Amino acid sequence: MNSHNPLTVSRRGILIAGAATAAATSLSKDAMAANEPPSANAGTVPTAGVTLEVNGKPHTLTLDTRTTLLDALREHLHLTGTKKGCDHGQCGACTVLVDGVRINSCLTLAVMHPGAKVTTIEGLGTPRKLHPLQAAFVKHDGYQCGYCTPGQICSAVGMLDELRRGIPSHVSADLNTRPLLSPDELRERMSGNLCRCGAYSNIVEAITEVAGGATA
Amino acid sequence: MKPFTYERARTPAEAAAAALRHPGAKFIAGGTNLLDLMKLQIEAPAHLVDVNGLALDRIEATPEGGLRIGALVRNTALAADERVRRDYGVLARALLAGASAQLRNKATTAGNLLQRTRCPYFYDTNQPCNKRQPGSGCSALGGITRQHAVLGASQACIATHPSDMAVAMRSLDAVVDTVKPDGQKRVIPIADFHRLPGDTPHIETALEPGELITSVSLPKPLGGTHIYRKVRDRASYAFALVSVAAVVQRDGSGRVALGGVAHKPWRDDSADAALPQGAKAAAARLLAGARTTEDNAFKLPLVERTLVAVLAQARS
Repeated sequence: MNSHNPLTVSRRGILIAGAATAAATSLSKDAMAANEPPSANAGTVPTAGVTLEVNGKPHTLTLDTRTTLLDALREHLHLTGTKKGCDHGQCGACTVLVDGVRINSCLTLAVMHPGAKVTTIEGLGTPRKLHPLQAAFVKHDGYQCGYCTPGQICSAVGMLDELRRGIPSHVSADLNTRPLLSPDELRERMSGNLCRCGAYSNIVEAITEVAGGATA
Repeated sequence: MKPFTYERARTPAEAAAAALRHPGAKFIAGGTNLLDLMKLQIEAPAHLVDVNGLALDRIEATPEGGLRIGALVRNTALAADERVRRDYGVLARALLAGASAQLRNKATTAGNLLQRTRCPYFYDTNQPCNKRQPGSGCSALGGITRQHAVLGASQACIATHPSDMAVAMRSLDAVVDTVKPDGQKRVIPIADFHRLPGDTPHIETALEPGELITSVSLPKPLGGTHIYRKVRDRASYAFALVSVAAVVQRDGSGRVALGGVAHKPWRDDSADAALPQGAKAAAARLLAGARTTEDNAFKLPLVERTLVAVLAQARS
């Protein structure tokens, strides 16, 4: 039952093959006969090289310039912990840390980050040694489906660092005093991460526990 | 996204020249608005000039006692700067009221000024839009217009400018510093930087092709109480229906600018002059000439009430 049938073909594979056949048959005879590599202008897309340090490991990639940091992580480095939610910076599922700062990886190009140190959920902890926030999310059940969780956790790591650095928020009463982590502050600072399951109250509990431990 | 070639510029002059050399080129800094629009093919530059390496990420004191904010200063860094928090609270508050922390960590000062409208018809590429496709018509007129402009709109466009930061900068009389492709520098008062839509809503700013913003300068601190009050559909992470940026002095004088009501931050000298008489008088002058639809008529009383709340907060 476990052996793979070499004749198994996926539906997607058939569709792609069909499309390729259709494309081939629509080529003119001259084009078929020429049998030359495509010129730089026709059929190729501009590429650029970039070296990123992802979770402590350097990677040199040559990418279609359009590749977002999110797609570079998922499709090229196969780090699929970072999730694609809306792909428009509205949901926060793709949040990663770049040089320690949380950003939406869907709204930046990989080629814009030469030499950057990127940390994804895979770089925060391992199944044997969870990051404190990962452990707290498990303990407090800070999710249902789990799709937003890697983004929530990376965002929380960045958020707690912003708090340590004294960065104010929209709900900070006084701009000139050091902000403290209240439930209001936490909700405001995490508002860029949506959870469609609505696990917010448990997410707040998980982050609060870790923040309390970190600042004690 | 449409394919594009990409280069990293090393100096402002090099960036401006590169933009001029490649017709259809765009500068990219934070990218949080441009890439969103490129994914939808609302923007389709053939060439991107990455300006992140231009070393324009510092906030410096000016000889006049103000601050010069580098074009690449991130929104988070600007809001967190000690001098901005202390002397330009309205600006820090406006920045913190915008977007999410992740976006503010990436979004830049210049990019914030250049962000494009969030009009849903501009975003919907199936619909005519004079801003997206000049001459195609305005789908918002006669459409759902709850978010749209009540001041300074035209028959071609009733979109609003989405920035909070720009509204605070308008109240502070900031100036935008630029460099043109020929190396010539220019200073544009924020009042003249954004344009009203008129017949050419696709031309949104006073910038010329290839012209690059290098910094935004603030005059010396005004003192007074700084307030930015944003009214929106959610408590966080939403664009303004109406916003008020205000700097109010002890004697009741001051200055106010509105966001969410027009194609640019809205300010009126006569409204500033009327501020000591109270919110009603100032609101009447700000809203003189307002034209509403059934959907957005609520913005007029909302502006007045928000102004009442702002002045009450200033007195307390």
